Amino acid sequence: MNTEMKLYTISIYTENNIGLLNRVSSIFLKRHLNIESLTTSQSEIEHVNRFVIVSEMTEFQAEKVAKQLEKQIEVIRAYYHTDEETIYQETALYKVASDSLFEQRQVQNIIKESHANIVTVSREFFVIEKTGRRHETEQLYKDLKPYKLMQFVRSGRISVTKEPMNISEMLAAF
Amino acid sequence: MKAKTQTANQITEKQTEHISGAEAVIKCLLAEGVDLLYGYPGGAIMPIYDELYKYQDQLQHVLTRHEQGATHAAQGFARVTGKVGVAMATSGPGATNLVTGIADAQIDSTPMVCITGQVGKHLLGSDAFQETDIVGISTPVTKWNYQITEASEIPEIMAKAFYIARSGRPGPVLIDITKNAQFDTFDFEYEKCTSIRSYKAVPEVDENQLKEAAKLINVAKKPMIIFGQGVILGKAELEFKTFIEKTEIPSTCTILGLSALASKHPLNAGMVGMHGNYAPNILTNECDVLIAIGMRFDDRVTGNLATYAKQAKVIHFDIDPAEIGKNVKADVAVLGDVKETLAQILPFVNSNSHEHWMQEFKKLDAIEFDKVIKDELYPTKEGITMGEVIKEINAVTKGKAVIVSDVGQHQMFACRYAEFKQTKSNITSGGLGTMGFALPAAIGAKMGAPEREVIAIIGDGGYQMTIQELGTIFQTKAAVKIVVLNNEFLGMVRQWQQLFFDKRYASTEMVNPDFVTIAKGYHIEANRVTKREDLSKAIETMIACKDSYFLEVCVEKENNVFPMIPTGASVSDMRLS
Repeated sequence: MNTEMKLYTISIYTENNIGLLNRVSSIFLKRHLNIESLTTSQSEIEHVNRFVIVSEMTEFQAEKVAKQLEKQIEVIRAYYHTDEETIYQETALYKVASDSLFEQRQVQNIIKESHANIVTVSREFFVIEKTGRRHETEQLYKDLKPYKLMQFVRSGRISVTKEPMNISEMLAAF
Repeated sequence: MKAKTQTANQITEKQTEHISGAEAVIKCLLAEGVDLLYGYPGGAIMPIYDELYKYQDQLQHVLTRHEQGATHAAQGFARVTGKVGVAMATSGPGATNLVTGIADAQIDSTPMVCITGQVGKHLLGSDAFQETDIVGISTPVTKWNYQITEASEIPEIMAKAFYIARSGRPGPVLIDITKNAQFDTFDFEYEKCTSIRSYKAVPEVDENQLKEAAKLINVAKKPMIIFGQGVILGKAELEFKTFIEKTEIPSTCTILGLSALASKHPLNAGMVGMHGNYAPNILTNECDVLIAIGMRFDDRVTGNLATYAKQAKVIHFDIDPAEIGKNVKADVAVLGDVKETLAQILPFVNSNSHEHWMQEFKKLDAIEFDKVIKDELYPTKEGITMGEVIKEINAVTKGKAVIVSDVGQHQMFACRYAEFKQTKSNITSGGLGTMGFALPAAIGAKMGAPEREVIAIIGDGGYQMTIQELGTIFQTKAAVKIVVLNNEFLGMVRQWQQLFFDKRYASTEMVNPDFVTIAKGYHIEANRVTKREDLSKAIETMIACKDSYFLEVCVEKENNVFPMIPTGASVSDMRLS
């Protein structure tokens, strides 16, 4: 079993219950694993939630974490995947002072070249949205930093697997 | 008019009744077959206690002297009966006092349902009097937990709680019920839970796995079994015995597996682990096929994993898929309920004999007897040894008693030397190592098996952690026999200080009270033994007593438990002295 540390994406299909986040995160805490990002949302199945958790660990640990997660009563299935096995994205929002947009030509070029979208523009500020891989949102952050970047926030990773999950069939059989 | 028709329909179709949440809790407990529970009242659980008062002819509530005692008593009851133990407490400190017992039940897979009162829903999160987030606190140590804030949730959640606690790999469940949900009334209707879509209690048996396992077993020249509590929890003692007798494989157990197979069964090769027997530990690293049955390769069993049974093919029978490969890689995993898998593998395994291999065990057993057991059980020095106390108990009980041990040196002596003839006879805190476990657990065990002799064996340290439960014994007249092996030390820690910390006895020496007087203060008959010649008579008197009895045995102060696998060492490096 591979003992190399790398990023794993843990995908968990769960019931939608209060307190489950605490139970899920406690499994990482118990093993002293840091959570890089965590996203929960509805999944492709009605009334089934999906957690997407990114954490750095060995494959040995990832396998054990997935088993412990799946053992929880309200967890339907838990999977772990490497970056190569998934399609993944993050979204970042950048709030920049409006005067830099109007006064600095540079800023308009940065936005154009980064394929980012302007979400809103007001007299005081404008908000840019960029979806992509970490290095892309990171790059835009660096590019905008000198131009009165008032706020920056990035979502957790969301991902889907290249391989089918078969979870819907599994649930239908329950 | 409309309302009237509806009520009539409900009565004919659903058999509902309009009752309070508190009464519903009692009805749920009765529907689940509970007739005994342990607990401690307080503000936020008063409505339920009020109903307990009304239902006392059907449901006995035992008032322990501390909520921790309620959990351990429920555990003792569960371990001796195989039923779900129930403990109840109020919010805040009442609830937090349950945590140690819950953690103990979680790591030792004991079926238990804990019910806690909680402040009213409108007060949640306001830091109200005796409010604590017990659901948050207990999450990592429960199989499942849930906060009920509406009375109407009670039947479904209680049904799920019992189903989850007892099914699959058992464990503790905590249900927190806000005060308003206890007071509010609703139309009660109860249906037992039989499945939860996100929870697979028992994995399906895969015949291919059985055949793979059988193939390895049939060609093994030096096979060895390590069985754990899974055999007891799965009620698979008979299937297990049939399996080992057909294959004639030496069978050794974990501490929690003790009593699943009679101590004197010819294939019983003793106990593995840090203070287990010499032969099975040494031969773990010589066997060619290691068959683990309902056990989890705890670090106290394996010692250094890097050198653990590396030469062997490992077959792992377990009900919990998360245990497979957790610590030791399994070459073949047989998932499922052992009662089924052991019965189903039987046609695939050959009748066999391993005469030569069994001799290896006997040779090492002789070494252990010579170097360790002889001096422990038949000492020639003046001080009484813990081992000889257990030997004298065996002589009187003939291996029929339930032995409830606490945690420490005396626990290792009890587990090493107590004789067991029937299953569910060894009750001890194995995984968590909870000092203070034995006295309350013995109360639960006695109430669960009133026809059996229940003997609590406790050290002078652990005894004082839950000594207040003498009050419960006195009040309920539970005829528990209490043996305190007093060496005036926290003996196990002292042993480690002696062996690994150059005898720096930091905070391990105990200045003890007069235990006999304390027991008598609770009107429990009591005696103290300091001399060897008085020991067997004292034990006979204790066992002959119809009521509870306290016996203090003043043992040699600085004796050590051997053999021993030092932490981080390999099982094959077990020390005899």
